[in-house]
Amino acid sequence: MTVVLVALGAMVGAPVRYLVDRAMQARYGTDFPWGTLVVNVAGSFVLGLVWQVGARHGVSPALLALLGTGFCGALTTYSTFGFETVRLIETGRRRRAAANVAGSVVAGLAAAFAGGALATLLW
Amino acid sequence: MDGVPPLPTDPDVDLHVPAQRTELRRGLASVLAVVALGGALGALARYGVGLLLPPAPAGFPWGIFLVNVTGCLLIGVLMVLVTQVWPAQRLVRPFLGTGVLGGFTTFSAYVVDIQRLLVAGEVVVAFAYLAGTLVAALLAVQAGLSATRAVLRRRVPS
Repeated sequence: MTVVLVALGAMVGAPVRYLVDRAMQARYGTDFPWGTLVVNVAGSFVLGLVWQVGARHGVSPALLALLGTGFCGALTTYSTFGFETVRLIETGRRRRAAANVAGSVVAGLAAAFAGGALATLLW
Repeated sequence: MDGVPPLPTDPDVDLHVPAQRTELRRGLASVLAVVALGGALGALARYGVGLLLPPAPAGFPWGIFLVNVTGCLLIGVLMVLVTQVWPAQRLVRPFLGTGVLGGFTTFSAYVVDIQRLLVAGEVVVAFAYLAGTLVAALLAVQAGLSATRAVLRRRVPS
């Protein structure tokens, strides 16, 4: 059962990442990897929220598998983030690479803490 | 890189590449379906690694570390192959890159594990994990790119 829920969550998360990435590039261009940054920060927010609800009240393993491991896990990506950063360095855009790394980590952590804070506030 | 098609910056989808700009028009359903299927397979593989290497409450998250570094090595290999060996296979990148590797690796678990370690007061482990994953992942992408380029140069002297 858990396996099915992980797969179902990921079957939504991965195509959403693809579509958000396309939409962000179409709107803001390809100078900076905004698409990946946005999905990674959004997924960190949702997982931070789910995690905090789980830590305070306990959350069913089914919901954690569907939303956490499946949806948030597949919505966010380290391989794309890493590849884009290396390509920015390879093509001489070092400042953007550094901004991508620092921005993703700082904004991701802030989003996870914000998700946790919202969970504490609401539940 | 003479005569070699340039690598895109974004392996998920890069609108610089003409074929990727129009790939939805030529089959929205097929692209989204292979991304979804690949994403599910990648996430299941990640779930499997989590069962083999269960995260310790206050310890270094080795499972996700290995998942993310391995995925980064493989995306480097894959993107060179997709660009130079299989340029006409329009569903290989969405399936293996956007889907399988994107679903296998994760940024949300990386961030939330750092948060969890910080909250637990394991500041040193948190920063070691934060920096260790970053350095290992970026080196892994570079290693995958360089090794695959070197192998292809030997096989197909241009």
